Amino acid sequence: MNLTRRSAAQLLAGSAVTGLALAACSDGSNNETAAPVSSADAEKALNTETQLTYWTWVPDIDKEVALFQEKYPKIKVKVENVGQGLAHYQKVRTALKSKEGAPDVVQIEYQYIPSFTVTDSLLDLAPLGATDLAGDYVGWVWEQVSHDDAVWAIPQDTGPMGNLYRSDILERAGITTPPETWDDYATAAATVRSATGSYISNFPTNDPAQIVGLLWQAGVKPFGYDGGQGVTIAVNSPDAKKVLAYWQDLIQRDLVSVDADFNDAFYQGLNSGKYAGWLTAAWAPVFLQGTVEKTKGLWRAAPLPQWSAGQNASGNWGGSSNAVLATTGNRIAAYELAKWINNDDASTLMLAQEQSLFPASTAVLEDTTFTGQAVDFFGGQQVNKLFSDISNTVDTDFQWLPFTDYAYSQFNDIVGKAIGAKGDLSVALDSWQAALEKYAKDQGFSLNG
Amino acid sequence: MSTSSARIRTGAAHPTPRAPVRRRRLSAAERRRATAAYLFLAPFFIVFLVMLVVPLGYSGYLSLFETKLVGGTAFTGLENYLTAVTDPTFLAGVGRMGLFLVVQVPVMLGLALFLALALDSGRARGGGVLRLVYFVPYAVPGVVATMMWGYLYGRDFGPIAQLFDAFGASPPDFLAPGTVLGSMMNIVTWEYVGYNMVIMYAALRTVPGELMEAAAIDGAGAFRQAWSIKIPAIRPAIVLTVIFSIIGTFQLFNEPSLLQALAPSAISNGFTPNFYAYNLAFVNQDVNYAAAVAFLLGLVIAAISYIVQLRVNRAGAAS
Repeated sequence: MNLTRRSAAQLLAGSAVTGLALAACSDGSNNETAAPVSSADAEKALNTETQLTYWTWVPDIDKEVALFQEKYPKIKVKVENVGQGLAHYQKVRTALKSKEGAPDVVQIEYQYIPSFTVTDSLLDLAPLGATDLAGDYVGWVWEQVSHDDAVWAIPQDTGPMGNLYRSDILERAGITTPPETWDDYATAAATVRSATGSYISNFPTNDPAQIVGLLWQAGVKPFGYDGGQGVTIAVNSPDAKKVLAYWQDLIQRDLVSVDADFNDAFYQGLNSGKYAGWLTAAWAPVFLQGTVEKTKGLWRAAPLPQWSAGQNASGNWGGSSNAVLATTGNRIAAYELAKWINNDDASTLMLAQEQSLFPASTAVLEDTTFTGQAVDFFGGQQVNKLFSDISNTVDTDFQWLPFTDYAYSQFNDIVGKAIGAKGDLSVALDSWQAALEKYAKDQGFSLNG
Repeated sequence: MSTSSARIRTGAAHPTPRAPVRRRRLSAAERRRATAAYLFLAPFFIVFLVMLVVPLGYSGYLSLFETKLVGGTAFTGLENYLTAVTDPTFLAGVGRMGLFLVVQVPVMLGLALFLALALDSGRARGGGVLRLVYFVPYAVPGVVATMMWGYLYGRDFGPIAQLFDAFGASPPDFLAPGTVLGSMMNIVTWEYVGYNMVIMYAALRTVPGELMEAAAIDGAGAFRQAWSIKIPAIRPAIVLTVIFSIIGTFQLFNEPSLLQALAPSAISNGFTPNFYAYNLAFVNQDVNYAAAVAFLLGLVIAAISYIVQLRVNRAGAAS
């Protein structure tokens, strides 16, 4: 008995040491990759037989990959879709933890990048030459993938926010031009509700990404991460409370609905005219064409209402990038693939036109074959042109926490619940702040003022 | 423990002279048969070991550590367990499932028993078809069933809501914070009544016919027969369904995880303990704490199952 107890303790102690040793190893894994790579090195790597794995949920991205392989036939790329959203990240993290089966190149949304850099899971692409690409992307997008001198990913698509609305419903309520300020929007909301019974839009209980996008537009900086151990959490700042107080008022007057989004009831609501509009992102025009086809021609797009007249600001909702995992054995080839897909002219235009990803690349945003497209679903409006212009009005200085998954799940449990119950959103923001602060401390972060 | 088992072993190895136990040697054929038996059993033990014992041991091991996003891994002993027993989210989840157990399981098993007795009485025509009809919901995968019910419950466009609308009544909200647990009970009942009924019905078929004949001659009616003979006779089968239901209840996962998309403000990430453990591991990235919660949940299930079994057996012995 004694013997077994002792050996069990030894076993545990031993494994604890192993655990620490492993943790120590992973801390230093980036060091060896710091040496700069010359173009000769790159040339050589691209002409060596290599097998790459690429995890992405973008449909038919094989087409862009095929273009890459045409150019570099020695590189074989295996494209795998392991799921979308949380399922995708769970698998990436599990693969990283098991130290086996992790891909070389991986799709990551901007808000999740810090949650991978904090664990040293991403390869710094700056020594590979990624710094030179800065000028090829919209300013705020580049800020999303780089930090100090490091570049963590190559931008693929974005979601600058605008106001999509049903012109027929608004016209029935006597509104012919989209509201320019949030005050106008609140007035319009009351008119639409009383004249048509529709809600001017839905304020979802389960979509922190949309609401954070609206905070972004208002210049609120709820999150911050210094790249080391320090995080900034200010979700209950006076500015944030001001924005949510605006929505609280609309919720309490029953001028916006508070439904969960992206489920059948929500799509039905868009289809049936329950919602007369949707404050959404640049990817939504294509999304709507797929989900609510029968309302074709009735929709219009406009910039978001502004906090003060004449201002011109927007936020971002969604979009993603391609990063290279630090565990890759083929860092040059992997980087070249990520770069090529999101930087080559043919490939980026194809992403915009065939996969309908809203571009992060300035070349495509300025390309008239993209912006000049008249979209029937929007009554012939040049929606891409509108969103290209909006893209330049997104605040560049917006950061995320290294634990967005947790922050968002807590948002749903705390703030989302209060939205659904038409409760006090200011109190909810305080509880969200407290939950995030506690988690940050438990996880070993320090809080920056 | 080790000394007593050692004594037993010595006792067997050194038989007293008065009662000599001759060690029978196995013949070659017998030995071959024994090897064959072990070979047949081996796949089970391999799977049991690899799929159950090893993961269980590993998660038990994980639960003794703490891994921080900043600062790495440290051995913390039972700290995760101490946190869990005072974690309001975990306790609320366990409490919620306790309520589920007390309300839903008796309803479901009562219904299943009633249906099984009705079928067994042979009074219903087309018993075979009925049996199948009751059993069909169980054949529908839980995920599909939940999605189907989620549609039926729909607030604006669900068929039930539309029915109410058609009569000008305001439809009930099945997915509100106060009602969603009841809606889940309904889904689970729908899914498992047939399954439990089949177990009870199969047990009923083994009750000897002579017993029923004798009871009938003594003047016992159908209800008396069911109450005094059939139900006591199938007590082990009923206990089995009770234990299965306890385990199933505490492991509830599909229903909250799928209905959350429809009713995010009614179903939190800690709605059921199992769902909580999943979210701890994959959303909060706290695998160690998730392992502790899962282990503790296993203990709760084992304890409740054991208490129930013990009480039922005692009651059985007393009657």
